[in-house]
Amino acid sequence: MLPRRRAFVTSAACAALGLAGCGRGGAGAPLRFWAMGREGEVLETLLAPLLREQPALRVRVEKLPWSAAHEKLLTAFAGDATPDIAQLGNTWIAELAALGALQPLDAGAMGLDAADHFDGIWRTNQAGGRLLGVPWYIDTRVMFYRRDLFERAGVATVPGDWPGLVQALDALQRSGVAHPLLLPLNEAEPLLALALQQEEPLLRDNGRYGNFRSAGFQRTLVFYIERFQRGHAPFLTNNQIANLWQEFGRGSFAAFISGPWNIGELDRRLPADLQGRWSTAPLPGPVPGSRHGASTAGGSSLVVFQRSRRRQEALQVLAFLGRPQTQLHFHALTGNLPPRRSTWALAPLAGERRAAAFLQQLELAKPTPAVPEWERILQEMQLQAARAQRYGTPVAEAAATLDARVDGFLTKRRWMLDRGAAA
Amino acid sequence: MTRSLAGWVFVAPSLAVIGLFFVLPVAAGLALSFSDFDLYALADLRNLRFAGLDNYAHVLALPLFWKALGNTLYFVLVGVPLSIGLSLACALLLQSPLARCKPFFRTALFAPVVTTVVAVAVIWRYLFHVRYGLLNAWLADLGLAPVDWLGDPAWAMPSIILFSVWKGFGANMIIFVAALQAIPLELYEAARIDGAGRWRQFLDITLPMLGPTLLLVGVLTMTGYFQLFAEPYVMTQGGPLESTVSVLYLMYEEGFRWWNLGRASAVAFLLFVLMIVATRGLMHLARRTEEPQ
Repeated sequence: MLPRRRAFVTSAACAALGLAGCGRGGAGAPLRFWAMGREGEVLETLLAPLLREQPALRVRVEKLPWSAAHEKLLTAFAGDATPDIAQLGNTWIAELAALGALQPLDAGAMGLDAADHFDGIWRTNQAGGRLLGVPWYIDTRVMFYRRDLFERAGVATVPGDWPGLVQALDALQRSGVAHPLLLPLNEAEPLLALALQQEEPLLRDNGRYGNFRSAGFQRTLVFYIERFQRGHAPFLTNNQIANLWQEFGRGSFAAFISGPWNIGELDRRLPADLQGRWSTAPLPGPVPGSRHGASTAGGSSLVVFQRSRRRQEALQVLAFLGRPQTQLHFHALTGNLPPRRSTWALAPLAGERRAAAFLQQLELAKPTPAVPEWERILQEMQLQAARAQRYGTPVAEAAATLDARVDGFLTKRRWMLDRGAAA
Repeated sequence: MTRSLAGWVFVAPSLAVIGLFFVLPVAAGLALSFSDFDLYALADLRNLRFAGLDNYAHVLALPLFWKALGNTLYFVLVGVPLSIGLSLACALLLQSPLARCKPFFRTALFAPVVTTVVAVAVIWRYLFHVRYGLLNAWLADLGLAPVDWLGDPAWAMPSIILFSVWKGFGANMIIFVAALQAIPLELYEAARIDGAGRWRQFLDITLPMLGPTLLLVGVLTMTGYFQLFAEPYVMTQGGPLESTVSVLYLMYEEGFRWWNLGRASAVAFLLFVLMIVATRGLMHLARRTEEPQ
């Protein structure tokens, strides 16, 4: 007992000292830049030209794992230890904006222009009419499909609307692919993309209440669940698929909905004889006869924290990372897709056939509601969909349960909004 | 007077540490559970409201809380007897005069206890894997259909129990080995002379002599099992379909994932009350069975 208590006291003391040591440095200290995953690994290489241009500027890159990034950002805010610049998943901007943690930015001063960006993505960086982040790379969901398997089933390409997709999946089943479309039951993104395609917003009254009982969302849910009932999609979660790329190569399924990083993964992981036999296409839309439907507006943004004392230098770094040439270099290092149209117009991106589907899809990218509670709402949406799929709950009932739970999450937000309106 | 003052001076450092690192946080946690401290309050303290018992009422009305409680009780009611039974069985085997290489087996059976949960959980996830896992390979050898251990809501909790029992039984086993060594051999000799078989000896000598040890092990194991967290956190993240959400996991999600610290504190205190009641119940039961003798 005693040794344990002593160890606890020591670690608590260290934590206190550590926090003090983490305080924002004075003039001579380097800029602190938090980045996640692969982006964190390449950031030093990417920034090298800027540091050569400006020898006085020093940047310390601190890498976070994606899985812990959200908690760390909130804890840093609570502990007054936020960095100067951070990479932020763009769905988190609303949350940190609600905390008042982010510094409003002036796009023009950084040489950026809203018209040069995709509208859906740009809007995710705004809160209360102010720009709080600049898009760094973008992410949307498209269909990855096996061209050879589609052709064998007599389908030339991924159809543009849902009825067409259903026919294509039927044809694929007849041609021998038992479950042609992979929709992992614990992954919210595919369902979210399909839900965003509907006219009705997912939350109503300025994000006061859930809007999942709307006819649009219920149509999406029916469509989603039907894919499992008719065997178009296998009953699988992510954990049960050991190796997505290998199974795709084997033809266990002919199509899956995913993001841009899988272009690089498939190039690297599929054997040579399968290269050229897969491609990408925008997601089909719910309206019969449409060319294609909407999808998510994801990706990462760069933000400057309000408590940073070195905002001018931080803005220089942001401006540098926003240059088309830097973005092209970033794309070469990571495969991430750039947010600016002027970058897309440059070689080699301009001729990339499989990136083209993303470019098409980005024009129809739609942001998710900008409420701090969104992450939780999204998880609840997937949970209710998976429950309805498994237990055969009627869709109207699942939607009502979902709305009730979401309204619960938003209770405090409603109080805040009402109070703000009264004041 | 001076003697008692000297006493207080001697215990003062300990009291200060306990006060600072135990009493104060617990009191702060209790206060927090009567407020609606959340992300908005973190931004601006004016957004903090006194909530009274609202958090408790909300948690008690939450279907997920009852589901988490059910999951936790499932884990405790199946896991604790299984763990204690296995520990006792292994201890008896190790104490048997027929056993060879006792130090080796003692160490081998104790080894899982000193491993880290996270590292071993990763290995067990491979064992549980639906297509490439060892467990399903064995089932296939027996001609049985594969089980989706961690992906099927019906199997996820049994899988977690299996893992936890394997991970923890060694500690209790060592305690039982020590307790068994303390039982005088004369009792067994006398029983043999009276013609008692092995089973009779176990029921009438070993078990009663182990009584206090069983109670201790029972209380320790139960309180430990009520605090189920690391296993689902690492292996299933509470899924599939919330079938491995434990009360503590619910508290973690509310508090550190969604930043509803007020509500999370309420969950923590409810779990605390539950554990007190369960432990008291166990002690009461033990006293009742002891008294007639």
